[in-house]
Amino acid sequence: MKLSALQNNRRSNSFRGVSPLDSSVDGSIKSPAAIFWLVLHGLCCLISLVLGFRFSRLVFLLLFSSTTTTPPTNLFSTANSFTETLSLHTSSPPNLNLTPLISQNGVVTSSGVVVGRHGILIRPWPHPNPSEVMKAHRIIERVQEEQRIQFGIKNPRTIIVVTPTYVRTFQTLHLTGVMHSLMLVPYDLVWIVVEAGGKTSETASILAKSGLRSIIHIGFNQRMPSSWGERRTTENQMRLRALRVVREQKLDGILMFADDSNMHSMELFDEIQKVNYIGALSVGILVHSGKSDELSSVIVIQKKDEVVGEENPSMPIQGPACNSSGQLIGWHTFNSLPYERKSAIYIDDRAPVLPSKLEWSGFVLNARLLWKDAEDRPEWVKDLDAVDRNSEGFESPLSLLKDTSVVEPLGSCGRKVMLWWLRVEARADSKFPSGWIIDPPLEMTVPAKRTPWPDAPPELPPDVKVVNVEEHAEKRPTRTRSSRSKHRSKRKREARVAADVSAKHSVEN
Amino acid sequence: MKSKGRGWTFPVLLFFVWGFQLGRSLQTERISGSAGDVLEDDPVGRLKVFVYELPSKYNKKILQKDPRCLAHMFAAEIFMHRFLLSSPVRTLNPEEADWFYTPVYTTCDLTPNGLPLPFKSPRMMRSAIQLISSNWPYWNRTEGADHFFVVPHDFGACFHYQEERAIERGILPLLQRATLVQTFGQRNHVCLKEGSITIPPYAPPQKMQAHLIPPDTPRSIFVYFRGLFYDVGNDPEGGYYARGARASVWENFKDNPLFDHSTEHPTTYYEDMQRAVFCLCPLGWAPWSPRLVEGVIFGCIPVIIADDIVLPFADAIPWEEIGVFVAEKDVPKLDTILTSTPPEVILRKQRLLANPSMKQAMLFPQPAQPGDAFHQVLNGLARKLPRDKSVYLKPGQKVLNWTGGPVGDLKPW
Repeated sequence: MKLSALQNNRRSNSFRGVSPLDSSVDGSIKSPAAIFWLVLHGLCCLISLVLGFRFSRLVFLLLFSSTTTTPPTNLFSTANSFTETLSLHTSSPPNLNLTPLISQNGVVTSSGVVVGRHGILIRPWPHPNPSEVMKAHRIIERVQEEQRIQFGIKNPRTIIVVTPTYVRTFQTLHLTGVMHSLMLVPYDLVWIVVEAGGKTSETASILAKSGLRSIIHIGFNQRMPSSWGERRTTENQMRLRALRVVREQKLDGILMFADDSNMHSMELFDEIQKVNYIGALSVGILVHSGKSDELSSVIVIQKKDEVVGEENPSMPIQGPACNSSGQLIGWHTFNSLPYERKSAIYIDDRAPVLPSKLEWSGFVLNARLLWKDAEDRPEWVKDLDAVDRNSEGFESPLSLLKDTSVVEPLGSCGRKVMLWWLRVEARADSKFPSGWIIDPPLEMTVPAKRTPWPDAPPELPPDVKVVNVEEHAEKRPTRTRSSRSKHRSKRKREARVAADVSAKHSVEN
Repeated sequence: MKSKGRGWTFPVLLFFVWGFQLGRSLQTERISGSAGDVLEDDPVGRLKVFVYELPSKYNKKILQKDPRCLAHMFAAEIFMHRFLLSSPVRTLNPEEADWFYTPVYTTCDLTPNGLPLPFKSPRMMRSAIQLISSNWPYWNRTEGADHFFVVPHDFGACFHYQEERAIERGILPLLQRATLVQTFGQRNHVCLKEGSITIPPYAPPQKMQAHLIPPDTPRSIFVYFRGLFYDVGNDPEGGYYARGARASVWENFKDNPLFDHSTEHPTTYYEDMQRAVFCLCPLGWAPWSPRLVEGVIFGCIPVIIADDIVLPFADAIPWEEIGVFVAEKDVPKLDTILTSTPPEVILRKQRLLANPSMKQAMLFPQPAQPGDAFHQVLNGLARKLPRDKSVYLKPGQKVLNWTGGPVGDLKPW
């Protein structure tokens, strides 16, 4: 009864199996033999505690098993193995002689699998092998490539990216962002960079870091004007210049417009592979304003403006609008009413910069539409030369079409936003070090004191070139903070220079 | 001119036919060998099954007492019964039946934790067999050789969860001649009798379908496993549980970045399997596990660490070509074994796993669909027909030992 009760509690208690010890303990308690067994049991428990594993049951199994087929030498070898391997984990499996148990039951198993306790096999150096890790990564890459072949885009076309740019404070910031996005694109890429003010080595050095194979760097012989309206016109002309290159060189693929201040998601490049002739995407418009409270007041006004026929201002998106069957019926454009008197005209204005009615970046074209004499060009496409001669110029790629209903809406009919438009530029008079390299290194005098107590006056060593960067992380009383900010305001060019910048003596060419 | 034309059109035609076939095989990107055809066999018309009408205390009442039986991994016995009741292979005329099915739910006596206790199962089975042998003549005709039973518990018809105890008990003597449909399968083991049909453990199909992710999600996990390494409650030192194999996996690879393994059970378990290349399926207390089914459904190559295991429908599914088998003694070298698999082999295994008939054969959907596990069981039963006449006993001939087994089993249920 007690045995079966023990068995019934199998999932909760840790006593497994039956040993002869149990049945004998079950019996009389008060006889000296029972006391002897109890003492022995306690002793075995203590020894097990020291050794780290339960050996008593196994010893009893060996000693008291009815059909002991193991010779006594076996017992010694197992005892030796116990004393040698004091740790729980053994590096070789001592398959501890449980064949007596099986033969006891009269069952002959000819398999190699033995029931009972096994050792836990651990190799001598149980740590990862770097070459195997590399092999595994190669396997994963191959598997992912196969997945892409099977489920991804079949026959991907080359993507031709047109980016107008010019040298300015934020050029590195913006261009590097676009460059990194393009470096991740898994398809063939041709990047046409048109630079206002002619080709410069600054831009060239940024582009050289990309490692992209085909970059066409074109100079455009006009400087970027300082008002936003004129800038748009100049940029359109720059894009037109790039389209001419596509036409002359008969580049084939999908043409997209990546302004250097935009942000692109990787899914964008997969989505545009689906375009046939001309496609339209939804562009998220991020309008940045100088003052935060101005922006919030603008948003409040926008929310109240429910009646406006254009897109709901709480979702500033420019893109195609579809009916329920997925056909293009119109366009969402950015609602600029709330910004009426508050939009930026000049670069230095602190007001938000607004996008034009339809941004170029929201369109993708099949490059063959621009070729001079392509046989399979549809009749609703105007020739590039014809549009160019027209004085009003190019406002958006829709000018190329006679009939705008052929535009294909992409990104589940404009519901998925995969790129974002934002114009953030530094002030026109902002001076930045060329190539963002500080040379010669700045000189700053900073109190290099260590105690935070305001009582001790700061000792000013004469010419300290190095600023202790860690000190800035600690809390400072306001007095020293204000003294440092005074230093800051005195200098126009300010940067936290680490000690090793002084070692850099790279000269911008 | 006519003869000239005929001369080259035939080879050209052959070329085109070959080209079309090649194109088709490249497009489907799946390789179905002879196994694929066997999986798609239709058992309807090849056999007839008679379902005994047992009193509800053997089936319905047990299920009413504990409806958890419908969701745990032993639920195959219940769903098999329901499938057979409404299947076209069922016949109401026992004279024309090839196979006889006894619906007795032996794995439905659950602890509060949900684990089935097998202590009353032998008596329940014995009582059911006594009932059918006394009320119908078909049992005594063959002493059960044309009867089949679904026994999905840990060690099948040995009716115990501890392997040593199960081996001691052996298969219930009354089931010696019957065909057993069980999840347990290990070669040269007492509890796997020759001619048994191994089935996969039950995994809820709707739950798994609900967690499917797009197939172009890149597989970025190399090896994935979630489960116990040490069964702290029953075997705290390790060495008994999983014959030390799971503990060995932990100790050797716990700091290996390629192995995403832990005991935490995340809510994204199914999604993670779909992002993994290999899924470990090591043995536990018993060699089989639902991880095999989950790996097949989610396209993760199963790494089977269980010596001498017999996998489900082994005669129909080429498991060697689909999974990776690692001997328990080779577990310390598991990373070497897996990373040295050539990528072509891995891609081929993934293509085989992507075969929809493969996935369907592992599931027990409600209602039943062609090619699912129910049909594979029927296919297996149909493959045993036609029978040798010696199966039918002469009148008065007795083979079974009705009083064999432990004394406790003879008590009425």
